[in-house]
Amino acid sequence: MDIVVPVKMVPDLVEELEVNAEGTDLDRSVMKLRINEFDEHAVEEALGLKGRHGARVTVLAVDTGDVDETLFTCLAKGADRAVKITGDFQNGVSSHTMAAVLAKVIAGMPHDLILAGVQAADDRDGQVGVLLGATMGLPHVSVVTGVEPAGDKAVSVRQEYAGGLVAELEVDLPAVLGIQAARQAPRYAPVSKVRQIMKTAKLEAIAAPAVDAGAGSTVRRLAKPEVAGRAEFIEGSPEEVAERLYAILTERGLVK
Amino acid sequence: MLNDVAVVLEHMEGVLAEVSFEMLAKGRELARASGGRLVAVLPGHGVRNLVDELGAADVVTLVEHEALAHYTPEAYVRALAAALTALEPRAALVASSSMGLDQAGALSVRLGWPLCAYCRDAHLDGDGLSAVSQIYGGKLLAEAVVQGAHAICAMLPGAAQAAEGRAPGTPAVEMISPPDLVALPVRFKRLIRPEAGDVDITRESVLVSVGRGIQSQDNIPLLEELAHALGGALSASRPIVDQGWLPKTRQVGKSGLSVKPKLYVAVGISGAPEHIEGMRGAELILAINTDPGAPIFDVAHYGVVSDLFDVLPLLTEKIKSRA
Ligand SMILES: Cc1cc2nc3c(=O)[nH]c(=O)nc-3n(C[C@H](O)[C@H](O)[C@H](O)COP(=O)(O)OP(=O)(O)OC[C@H]3O[C@@H](n4cnc5c(N)ncnc54)[C@H](O)[C@@H]3O)c2cc1C
Repeated sequence: MDIVVPVKMVPDLVEELEVNAEGTDLDRSVMKLRINEFDEHAVEEALGLKGRHGARVTVLAVDTGDVDETLFTCLAKGADRAVKITGDFQNGVSSHTMAAVLAKVIAGMPHDLILAGVQAADDRDGQVGVLLGATMGLPHVSVVTGVEPAGDKAVSVRQEYAGGLVAELEVDLPAVLGIQAARQAPRYAPVSKVRQIMKTAKLEAIAAPAVDAGAGSTVRRLAKPEVAGRAEFIEGSPEEVAERLYAILTERGLVK
Repeated sequence: MLNDVAVVLEHMEGVLAEVSFEMLAKGRELARASGGRLVAVLPGHGVRNLVDELGAADVVTLVEHEALAHYTPEAYVRALAAALTALEPRAALVASSSMGLDQAGALSVRLGWPLCAYCRDAHLDGDGLSAVSQIYGGKLLAEAVVQGAHAICAMLPGAAQAAEGRAPGTPAVEMISPPDLVALPVRFKRLIRPEAGDVDITRESVLVSVGRGIQSQDNIPLLEELAHALGGALSASRPIVDQGWLPKTRQVGKSGLSVKPKLYVAVGISGAPEHIEGMRGAELILAINTDPGAPIFDVAHYGVVSDLFDVLPLLTEKIKSRA
């Protein structure tokens, strides 16, 4: 089975996000990027399938900046092939555009199963996986937590809904799945192994094909939410904070 | 018609989702601005009885087919594409839910209509349609102007008041029969219900909720102690459950449970929209997080910007040693 995993880089949300002077986008010059956490789960699910059933795993990334280390890390974890899709993407790329680019690139390589992260922190115009499935005319299932082969030409997947309700669905291949969580927590590749792979392995580069797809909307304002009832902050030494919290809980009869 | 507003309804096991009523409320507002009708789109099999709950809509478009008896993405997307093609609404509201994640993107590509995801709000005025998307884990809002005559907005739960989307009366029903629902590439097998856990977090009046800020499973007892001291139980964000540190029955949020305790203590939880969806109804929310920009502080009543390991043990001690 050939499994393709498109991964994308997103701003690290632990860092402070700076908005540009126009107030319409992030200030990309100061941004720290990391792999979308759900894509990490997609990679893990692919490697898990490879381990259990055998598969060839190809990881793809549109080069929006800083993708090399991420791709090498995927190789260090056990991916067979890592491909960087190059082009003018430094100012970010809409999900519709990314899906259209990926669709053309993936069409040219063997693909039985395409695993994408269910969503990413920046996909304002939709999630790449579902857009990719529709663009390629392939079936797609979102919010997937478990994938197992069901014969040669289908997989059995679990789709999660609210309240912990789960449906088991059978999906004909080729298909695109939006992975919510891998069967196991994503594996870790030691830095030494990543360094070594960087010396010995090569990333393949494919120039992005021209596409005619965009978000169909334009951001006119990007800003922190203005919230009416933001928290009242309790400050002081840990001792003082604990004292105040205790007082609040007592006042409300929550400590009896 | 070109100025109608369509709301794609969501139901599971014969019950309409709360977010559907919220979207009807928002849809009513948009339809008022556009001067069109509010059309509720109801795909399913044997769901006509649900029409009685849809008094807020001007008309219900029922897409009835036996292949829609159980939810599957492919069949529902085909059915909805047929309905929306026939309706040609100015805007179609789809829930930002598991089903909505399947539908909104697929419809956007199939119909060639722009999509705005994670919408907190949408407006129609002289400048056209604009949508406010909550992105970057809830840290930023992006207000966008949408091009074209039609668009899809994926609405986050909580974007409008469900009560305003509930109205008496039974609107007129128009039937649309969907095409080609045979040889479907996605097939329903079975529904798996969550196993009952040792604790039902929806019934607890105090929840101490653990997030990834806890860093290691070894630190869970620290919070368990606080939960016990408060006479409550432990709940968690999704990553804690994915890692197997607490059972699925303790998960709060979009793909977990919705809780409304008297007290919710969010510890090392960033406050992603998918988490907030499940706990914003709590009476009192305390949040402890090292990041002053964490969105959890937007819903919390009291916030502490600090390392959880500094403050919580002290608080637990105080509660335990009360007179
Ligand atoms: C379809 C879908 C459904 C989902 N359903 C759910 C759901 O039901 N429930 C859910 O929770 N999530 C759900 N998610 C996941 C959600 O998007 C977030 O990834 C998740 O809520 C993040 O959990 P977290 O806040 O614990 O972790 P993070 O976002 O990583 O936050 C950890 C926080 O801990 C803080 N921190 C770190 N160290 C310390 C310290 N020492 N002291 C204090 N604070 C510290 C950090 O500042 C950070 O804010 C869903 C996602 C999708 C796509």
